[in-house]
Amino acid sequence: MTSVADLMDYDEVVARFDPMLGLEVHVELHTKTKMFCGCANEFGGEPNTHVCPVCLAAPGALPVVNGVAVESAIRIGLALNCEIAEWCRFARKNYFYPDMPKNFQTSQYDEPIAFNGYLDVTLDDGEIFRVEIERAHMEEDTGKSLHVGGATGRIHGADHSLLDYNRAGVPLIEIVTKMIPGTAERAPEVARAYVSALRDLLKALDVSDVRMDQGSLRCDANVSLSPKDSGVLGTRTETKNVNSLRSVERAVRFEMTRQAAILAEGGEIVQETRHFEEASGTTRAGRRKETAEDYRYFPEPDLVPIAPSREWVEELRLTLPEMPAERRKRIKAEWSLTDAELRDLVNADAIDLVAATVEAGATSVEARSWWVSYLMQQANTRGVELGALPITPAQVAKVVALVNEGALTNKLAREVVIGVLDGEGEPEQVVEARGLKVVSDDGALEKAVDEALAAQPDVADKIRDGKVAAAGAIVGAVMKATKGQADAKRVRELVIARCS
Amino acid sequence: MSLIRSTAAELAAKIHGGEVSAVEVAQAHLDRISSVDKGVNAFLHVDTDGALAAAKKVDDDVAAGRPVASPLAGVPLALKDVLVAEGMPTTCGSKILEGWHSPYDSTVTRRLREAGVVILGKTNMDEFAMGSSTENSAYGPTHNPWDLDRIPGGSGGGSSAALAAFEAPLAIGTDTGGSIRQPGSVTGTVGVKPTYGSVSRYGLVAFSSSLDQAGPCARTVLDAALLHEVIAGYDNMDSTSIDAPVPPVVAAAREGASGDLSGVRVGVVSQFSGEGYQPGVLASFEAAVEQLRQLGAEVVQVSCPSFDYAMPAYYLIAPSEASSNLARFDAMRYGLRVGDDGTHGAEEVMALTRDAGFGAEVKRRIMIGTYALSSGYYDAYYGSAQKVRTLIARDFDAAFATVDVLVSPTTPTTAFKIGERVDDPMAMYKADLCTIPSNLAGNAAMSVPSGLSADDGLPVGLQIMAPALQDHRMYRVAAAYEVARDAAQGGPLIQRVPQLEGI
Repeated sequence: MTSVADLMDYDEVVARFDPMLGLEVHVELHTKTKMFCGCANEFGGEPNTHVCPVCLAAPGALPVVNGVAVESAIRIGLALNCEIAEWCRFARKNYFYPDMPKNFQTSQYDEPIAFNGYLDVTLDDGEIFRVEIERAHMEEDTGKSLHVGGATGRIHGADHSLLDYNRAGVPLIEIVTKMIPGTAERAPEVARAYVSALRDLLKALDVSDVRMDQGSLRCDANVSLSPKDSGVLGTRTETKNVNSLRSVERAVRFEMTRQAAILAEGGEIVQETRHFEEASGTTRAGRRKETAEDYRYFPEPDLVPIAPSREWVEELRLTLPEMPAERRKRIKAEWSLTDAELRDLVNADAIDLVAATVEAGATSVEARSWWVSYLMQQANTRGVELGALPITPAQVAKVVALVNEGALTNKLAREVVIGVLDGEGEPEQVVEARGLKVVSDDGALEKAVDEALAAQPDVADKIRDGKVAAAGAIVGAVMKATKGQADAKRVRELVIARCS
Repeated sequence: MSLIRSTAAELAAKIHGGEVSAVEVAQAHLDRISSVDKGVNAFLHVDTDGALAAAKKVDDDVAAGRPVASPLAGVPLALKDVLVAEGMPTTCGSKILEGWHSPYDSTVTRRLREAGVVILGKTNMDEFAMGSSTENSAYGPTHNPWDLDRIPGGSGGGSSAALAAFEAPLAIGTDTGGSIRQPGSVTGTVGVKPTYGSVSRYGLVAFSSSLDQAGPCARTVLDAALLHEVIAGYDNMDSTSIDAPVPPVVAAAREGASGDLSGVRVGVVSQFSGEGYQPGVLASFEAAVEQLRQLGAEVVQVSCPSFDYAMPAYYLIAPSEASSNLARFDAMRYGLRVGDDGTHGAEEVMALTRDAGFGAEVKRRIMIGTYALSSGYYDAYYGSAQKVRTLIARDFDAAFATVDVLVSPTTPTTAFKIGERVDDPMAMYKADLCTIPSNLAGNAAMSVPSGLSADDGLPVGLQIMAPALQDHRMYRVAAAYEVARDAAQGGPLIQRVPQLEGI
């Protein structure tokens, strides 16, 4: 366990060292079927129900490449400004592990399908930082092990292990950056911003669920330090199990402070895999291997090379959506947003929701105010992400329209939204069922106004004397009597009419 | 002629014509197996019920006047135990798969069933197809029906011995470095390695993926051709399967049987003779070449210098792929499990199982392959071997630019004694000297009996090689040669195999 004393103060770290970053991101594609067989590619499910001879590595079974996965890989490569290989192959990465049925992973080695690209990342202050991409390659996921009985939940020391091969063979794209120099004190922020930008990009491409919490987007962070301005590369560590954007930032920051403390005392960094501990925000060393793993890569003889024609690549380029960074620029202009307003939208992950609500008829101001304030509160209260709330942009737009028509007050509108969120149906149904319609029957309102005036004769007199401001008290009383279902503006008109 | 001594084509004609029932034919072969297989040990599993049920279905079709499923419907067949089949065990000759039943059919198995072919059972083989004598089977060696003290070749010794012992008229083998052709040669039977990619590998338990190819084994060239057309063809479950029409091998075999090879140019590979070749084998080969000439073929000498490096290249590529292909036998999902007694971790159970479950030759090749692929050695071994492979393919291309087919002895010697080479792997490996180049290049090749060696009275094989997807060329030459050979030697060679009754 690393104690606080073993860490260097962050300001001192960046004063004395230059960090070097390298980020490897694994993305599970959301293709209908797995990478090399026809099994359903679905998260969860009863253990070992999405399996067949191929993904269980039954003797004699052979892989066949999922064409949609290749297409997704190429689109990802193009979106990352990569070159697309004219000819590439799969390779076998050989190592034994119980949750990997073949005991080799079918991956790509020295012939990735996409290479040599970049991604421009917007930092918090609006600065653009370019991260260069080394490669994006195709591979398959492993199954999952559940180690039972050990203290750590790891295979070491467990009583027994349970294996679920549903995930075995799910298509993965591994995206590897080149070394990222020059981040200095912003290294943790750059790391987070890169993964965030990549996530947005993959979402726009509609190739993955990009759910870090479910493991469909996973990040390994390589960090090393070199003495300030020395230009000498330090020894790196690779931190795994970084399962949220915030964790990416924390993991990089922690490794910098840990490594700096060791280096400052003349120690050496061990090149190793480390695991990020979410709870403590620290990293711990993985089980040390006595010998370096030799994966004995060689070209996969069960698959034929992939040679995407240039025509196909160009066709796929035409399918690329507007890139998130450009889209933000456009939306910022169209909706006349300030930097802060845009950042709020981005942080709330609400751009798509607001855009869809605008498309359904609301103005951007109305749509934004619902999503980033009231609905955001509801999401927080309910402990889900904004997009997971059970209300659609069309429903939000409908509520907005009802308010604009005068059928709902803002207060009533919020109640309607709660009804929708609670599964009571469409906004109109909620209005009906909960009896939330604004009282717009003048007869009923006049009666309520007369009663309120009668109850407060002194106030009525003031109004008759021309002190129109006093009308507020009567309006309030009417609203109370109608349980808020009256249109306050209309009530006010009636009050003044009655007293004149 | 008795049912068991008939050819597949004859049996098919009788069954389809209602002269004999498929059930009778199947039963005759099951009886033969019961009577001789204790001595031959060609079968690891006999599927009596399944065979009779499949035969009954063909009889029902014939009785009802329905068209039969294929020209081989109702004909019995022996399946090498490296191809998975539902309802039967698949062991690959290994302890590590003892008792394992496949949950699916290989594509070859499926095509056989759909063609109405009657699968009698699974045949013995060198463990995971690694060997040239069937002595590496975990279930005891198979004996050569020509001399029970001798090996039937390997790895598909069970399939070829079953043919020579009249236990089945047809068999399926697989050929990675000669495992169909060399057993064919030493048992006096026909064995064909089709063009790589023309018979699906789906459900063929992989030894070396880039070399493995299933093919037909039979007692006549025509029977092999009929079986070839049943099992070959594109399969979308095998990415290396070739999407092209099956070469017209049956038509070529019938055409060849007319006995005219005028206009056919035959190249004799000059690398495959001399030291290490048994005189009787060379004499038989030379007589066969002379016979081809008499049939009208033009015979020329062809040099393929890279073939000298075929064996070393093969013994790097095949073990490299095997070391990875066999990694899945880890006790986690199927097969043998050793040491799972609560005191060993998963990694230890894997290691204990593989130690107990694999035989010595399999371990030797896993170690060679692991070494050849390891960091720092890859370029020198696996990388160089792949370059040799390219050179061999170029030698074939150059040769086939001037000749239609190439010929050589199938294997340098006749069947050796059981136990004679078990302690000398290099001597064992040399049995595949002439067959390996066609695996490395992926072209078609076959062995057809060329008579008995004057040295020891044992069968010799003539290898005929053709370019990729030109399999029909070699069938034509083989069929023509077969007719001329039988005329010159006084009847089919296979009928001279010793009687085995009562062993």
